[in-house]
Amino acid sequence: MIWQALLLQAGYNAALVSLGAACLGAAAGAAGAFLTLRRRALMSDAMAHATLPGIGLGFLVMVALGGDGRFLPGLMLGAALTAALGLWAVQRLSRQIHEDAATGAVLASFYGAGIVLLTLIQGLGTGRPAGLETVLLGSTAGMLRADALVIGFGGLAVVAALWVLRRPLTLVAFDPLHAAMMGINPRRMDSLLMALVLAVVLVGLNVTGLILIVALLVTPAVTARMWSGTVSGTASLSALIGAVCGYLGAAISAGVPDLPTGPVIVLLAAAAFMLTLLVRGRRDG
Amino acid sequence: MADRVPPNPLRAAECPALEVRGLSLRYKDVQALEAVTATVPAGSMTAIIGPNGAGKSTLLKSVLGLVQAEGEVRAFGGPVAQAMARIAYVPQRAAVDWAFPVRVIDVVLMGCYRQTGLLGRIDAQVMAQAQSALARVGLQDFARRQIGALSGGQQQRVFLARALAQGADLFLLDEPFAGVDAATESAIIGVLKSLRASGATILAVHHDLTTVASYFDRVLLLNRRSIAEGPVAQTFTRAALEKAYGPALFPDPAIRSAS
Repeated sequence: MIWQALLLQAGYNAALVSLGAACLGAAAGAAGAFLTLRRRALMSDAMAHATLPGIGLGFLVMVALGGDGRFLPGLMLGAALTAALGLWAVQRLSRQIHEDAATGAVLASFYGAGIVLLTLIQGLGTGRPAGLETVLLGSTAGMLRADALVIGFGGLAVVAALWVLRRPLTLVAFDPLHAAMMGINPRRMDSLLMALVLAVVLVGLNVTGLILIVALLVTPAVTARMWSGTVSGTASLSALIGAVCGYLGAAISAGVPDLPTGPVIVLLAAAAFMLTLLVRGRRDG
Repeated sequence: MADRVPPNPLRAAECPALEVRGLSLRYKDVQALEAVTATVPAGSMTAIIGPNGAGKSTLLKSVLGLVQAEGEVRAFGGPVAQAMARIAYVPQRAAVDWAFPVRVIDVVLMGCYRQTGLLGRIDAQVMAQAQSALARVGLQDFARRQIGALSGGQQQRVFLARALAQGADLFLLDEPFAGVDAATESAIIGVLKSLRASGATILAVHHDLTTVASYFDRVLLLNRRSIAEGPVAQTFTRAALEKAYGPALFPDPAIRSAS
């Protein structure tokens, strides 16, 4: 079963899901490379956890409008709104307390609110909430063809946007003051990067889940960094590692009943990182 | 070594390269700059000197609009924002992440961003411009090295090359000689003097009072306010230094040998 899935022979849908997960992995790897170079890795974790209340709210609004509450773009819209709110909260709190503390506080509060909301929804008996919790750890089993297409093309769009913005993003990450002198607005670039990371988080909700997306953003990036001495090399290799992990993880998870996809993808990425540490660990910089 | 170059006749009629009027900046409860006023003539080489915390780096950054300050700054007779392409800034070495995955030539090419832009190709002409900037600071053989693998002095020269590649004619440098070896110091001062000879204007935060007179032709003494400014011979005096740094810090010989 696993081998069939790996070789795209487990049916058209499973193949589509694996390819979609590969596109997501590529997007997460490339975005993660710029994110870690800009030293904003933890910001993505707060953002991902802040999507959960939005998913609950999105579900409730869609049920109230007469749907079954499982329309993926609707859930994504709700997730995007509370994630943006969480990001704003981190930035606002950072004026009074340190950014790492602000990140931790926002992450936990939003996640707690989301869990409460999801638990309430399970007890309501309206809509079709069964399986809503797969956004936590991801599950590609039973994924619709339309979902796989959203994930695949969403991932490719993020990769394309990062390719276009690679130079200003690099300048801002390396030396924001110099970038400003070159006519780049560093704050606008940071916002664009955060928007692209948010897109990765949203697209990844059904694949890795919101808890583990940070691992797919960070692990391939730090692994690639140990092999490459340039930004474009790091980002490309990171995208490749992410794509391979996404593809294999989705395929393995599809072949093993009840195995969530996120943890498998993350373990594969961690294995690549451990292997790299063993081979290249002695090198600094 | 009083090799002060006379002002370039072509530039003499031009407006000052930089004019600062009443520049003030508060960080929370610290007054970093207070009504600083200064004029930097085109083709001059000016040292900003003053004690720690005098606002020297802050002055450079607020002149460039990189931190928001009150007051008026004009470059080449117009608003600084319009002259930005003619201005290059070399930051303090400590302000840079040296573990960043970037090669020497990539850093220098960053100075050409206004030419290449978002999507423009790095063509042979841009590459040649970057290579020649690198050669001018004596690092042509280091183009493909990682920036983090260079010595402190070499890193400082790479940043000067990035400014050269930009093709600016006003150079603002924040402590270009801090923590560099003697070879780098003489390489940098050689490049700066040749820039001045070709008509460019240099404004540098400087710490070593013993080299002020041999490196620069003008000084701006700063201690949150502008204490004094003008040609080294008239302005770099014991009285002015005591006013900026406080009294009794300067044994006479140091000042003598410097002036």
